Amino acid sequence: MAVKEKKTFKWDSQVPTGPLAEKWSSHKNNIKLVNPNNKRKFNVIVVGTGLAGASAAASLAELGYNVKAFCIQDSARRAHSIAAQGGINAAKNYQNDGDSVYRLFYDTIKGGDYRSREANVYRLAEVSNNIIDQCVAQGVPFAREYGGALANRSFGGAQLSRTFYARGQTGQQLLLGAYSALMKEVHSGKVEMFAREEMLDLVVVDGRARGIITRNLVSGEIKRHAADAVLLCTGGYGNVFYLSTNAKNSNATAAWRCYKRGAIFGNPSFTQIHPTCIPVSGEYQSKLTLMSESLRNDGRVWVPKAVGDKRHPNDIPEDERDYYLERIYPSFGNLVPRDVASRNAKNVCDEGRGVGESGLAVYLDFRDAIKRDGENTIREKYGNLFDMYEKITGENPYEVPMRIFPAVHYTMGGLWVDYNLMSNVPGLFVLGEANFSDHGANRLGASALMQGLADGYFVIPYTLGHYIASNNFEKVDENHQAFKDTEHESVSRIDKLLKIKGKKTILDFHRQLGKIMWDKVGMARNEKGLKEAIKEIQELRAEFWENVFVPGEQSTYNKYLEYANRVADFMELGELMARDALERNESCGGHFREESQTPEGEAKRDDENFCHVAAWEFKGDDKAPELHIEQLEFENVKLTQRSYK
Amino acid sequence: MSTHENMTLHLKIWRQNGPDSKGHFEDHTMDEVNPHMSFLEMLDLLNERLMQNGKQPIEFDHDCREGICGSCNLVINGIPHGPEMRTAACQLHMRKFNDGETVTIEPWRAKAFPIIKDLVVDRDAFDRIQAAGGFVSTRTGSMVDANAIPISKEAADKSMDYAVCIGCGACVAACPNSSASLFTGAKIAQFAKLPQGAPERKRRVVAMVEQMEKEGFGDCSNYAECEAVCPVGISISAIAEMRKEYVKALF
Ligand SMILES: Cc1cc2nc3c(=O)[nH]c(=O)nc-3n(C[C@H](O)[C@H](O)[C@H](O)COP(=O)(O)OP(=O)(O)OC[C@H]3O[C@@H](n4cnc5c(N)ncnc54)[C@H](O)[C@@H]3O)c2cc1C
Ligand code: FES
Repeated sequence: MAVKEKKTFKWDSQVPTGPLAEKWSSHKNNIKLVNPNNKRKFNVIVVGTGLAGASAAASLAELGYNVKAFCIQDSARRAHSIAAQGGINAAKNYQNDGDSVYRLFYDTIKGGDYRSREANVYRLAEVSNNIIDQCVAQGVPFAREYGGALANRSFGGAQLSRTFYARGQTGQQLLLGAYSALMKEVHSGKVEMFAREEMLDLVVVDGRARGIITRNLVSGEIKRHAADAVLLCTGGYGNVFYLSTNAKNSNATAAWRCYKRGAIFGNPSFTQIHPTCIPVSGEYQSKLTLMSESLRNDGRVWVPKAVGDKRHPNDIPEDERDYYLERIYPSFGNLVPRDVASRNAKNVCDEGRGVGESGLAVYLDFRDAIKRDGENTIREKYGNLFDMYEKITGENPYEVPMRIFPAVHYTMGGLWVDYNLMSNVPGLFVLGEANFSDHGANRLGASALMQGLADGYFVIPYTLGHYIASNNFEKVDENHQAFKDTEHESVSRIDKLLKIKGKKTILDFHRQLGKIMWDKVGMARNEKGLKEAIKEIQELRAEFWENVFVPGEQSTYNKYLEYANRVADFMELGELMARDALERNESCGGHFREESQTPEGEAKRDDENFCHVAAWEFKGDDKAPELHIEQLEFENVKLTQRSYK
Repeated sequence: MSTHENMTLHLKIWRQNGPDSKGHFEDHTMDEVNPHMSFLEMLDLLNERLMQNGKQPIEFDHDCREGICGSCNLVINGIPHGPEMRTAACQLHMRKFNDGETVTIEPWRAKAFPIIKDLVVDRDAFDRIQAAGGFVSTRTGSMVDANAIPISKEAADKSMDYAVCIGCGACVAACPNSSASLFTGAKIAQFAKLPQGAPERKRRVVAMVEQMEKEGFGDCSNYAECEAVCPVGISISAIAEMRKEYVKALF
């Protein structure tokens, strides 16, 4: 176990001085610029084409940099961002309901339970408005009011209507906007696009990120790509839990390889468990489907008052229903933040009041909303979600309440970055869900899309330029020894995986890992469970490298080989998550330590000991990682225990 | 339609080693198929069983498994995405099949979509059509306030009806001519409905249509098979919009 001392943090967060509201503009005025004619001399690698990667690649190419962009799907348009449903926040105050940059900042800091940097979050709120302008200019068909103005809805954790949306397909429309900007640059020749090409490792030369090693997923060819900077936009790692709302190919490999090359990992245990997902129906289940939390605007969450009440929901009379969120949190009701909603669902199920066959579900009921607004209005707002629910469960949610249960959805943790979005490895920038930066211990709904696009469109174009202008770059090409060595390691690892030819499938291992993670590193965590988890994961990992069966060969399309490589990394990351959760002996946001709760069972933060970012440094495969502490300073908001009552 | 009992299915699955090799159907009997499984979970299970016997799993594309990413591309019993209307293959559930049924599974078939392996095809042609003109040329940071461009709710809704295309290619797979008109038309129509699309409307339609032809997709002869299989219900009116735009662009 790492020893925790309050040493000074080894790295500089680069937060500019001056008043909060002026930090970003003064930073922009002070950082260095690259002459327009010089930009074409610099090569930038962008790994990932989700909201963060596509927006960054397009914007940097427009500025004149030479960009190589990579993704694992067959097209940039299929990145996991495409699946986001509910919406994107911005502080436009179009509703005239008193919104402002400060309020969006405040809600995000508070929603994150005071475990993020003030300066980063303020900047996020500040550029949020530009994002909406940008997307509208690209032709994103956001929902409109009859008068022609943009429409808004409200989301969990906010008492304002600041969420912009395009039906239930907001992520799709935003991503297609960014993708079209990217394809425009592909057409103009400024971006070279590598689809179905997976980054296997980072190449570090003289302490700087200078390239990547990839595997072409069609031919199996291993390739070297050199550049002056590498932008990692590879998304989150919720699939450590096996079952999550993430797309099946979402993975941690790129980030994990960077960690093993020296990039520190911030708050790895911070995981968001989303309250409104379709419950697990059986062992064969391969992923979980989210029902956007915008549904909580109109749906009411309840369980029967009595334990073990197995009646059909429509037969349970009003006074025998417990609308527990409305009861416990009268001011936020069904719109409490995600962590609070999830934990309460777990609690009522633990009490034996869960519904459905497994007893691991609660109702989300639209009966009253349909009565109030009519079925058509509800259909117009949520039609595609209702259809999706019916396809999966075979039940009609206009007639029978939905059954929902929490599921792993998002990872707030990620590679540590400074204010410029640069990791501690110079030249390695991390954007979007892959970094740890803006959401603290809990992310508010509709804020991930905002962050991905803020990073890509409005932050990196400035901060990358600063890095490039402030440094001298020696020419490094693909023949450099570091490329050869790193490539050799990637190839050996693939060989090793293929040679094991064991008895258990990759899926078996992934499921087992997921179960350990969900049971012991999931919604509620305690010391005993976390210690067991660490041990069990180590054992599972050892077994994996002896007994996994990876079919086929390296030099062809081989999805199970890709999968094996990713699961191998999940098994290392899972252990780090458990260590981090163990070390953080407080409850905050999505991280609930049973040892740290109020008498009413609410999460209890410990600001005296844990008001910090836990950043982990890799020390070798057989050594414990080293914990570094970046203390968080709050100059503009007062830390309060969150209360949504 | 099954709801409770586990089922046995007879699968006929297309296997093909690479773009240039000859393919064939392979038979597999799948027992203990739970009706609540998704179609892809059934294939996962088949692959598990194959690998437990040291055999090669079947390659197929998938990612979101929620009908939005457009990765999955299975022709099931001759129909792209299978028998359920407005449903991508990944959202299809086994309760739509009957115990003892024979189910054939093939990839999209079109000249412009060469087979990579088994059920996986190459759809890069779609990206190139998009790159030819499927965008509004705005530069990051150079825009006006979002509400400065009022757009009627009707126009926004109509545009959105076309914008929801997931780019899966089922329209091509269903078309007797392997035409990509629904895909291309949907993008053109999305922008045609919005003021933001106006400045480049002529250039866009010409470039995208030319690219579509260059990729080896066929012409549209109004069979409307595309609309019938589209998992998100894009209307064939997209093609009429594209033609209208094209004619306008010529004069
Ligand atoms: C079902 C669902 C609904 C959501 N709804 C909302 C919402 O309504 N509002 C909101 O704000 N947020 C929402 N989120 C969260 C949000 O969608 C994500 O956090 C966000 O889209 C992540 O974007 P990204 O660009 O960081 O990464 P991603 O979109 O995950 O993109 C990752 C990219 O990296 C590539 N990649 C990964 N590894 C490699 C590798 N090794 N080599 C090469 N390429 C690689 C992938 O191909 C992909 O292109 C939702 C999430 C889910 C799961
Ligand atoms: S897997 Fe994404 S649409 Fe089917």
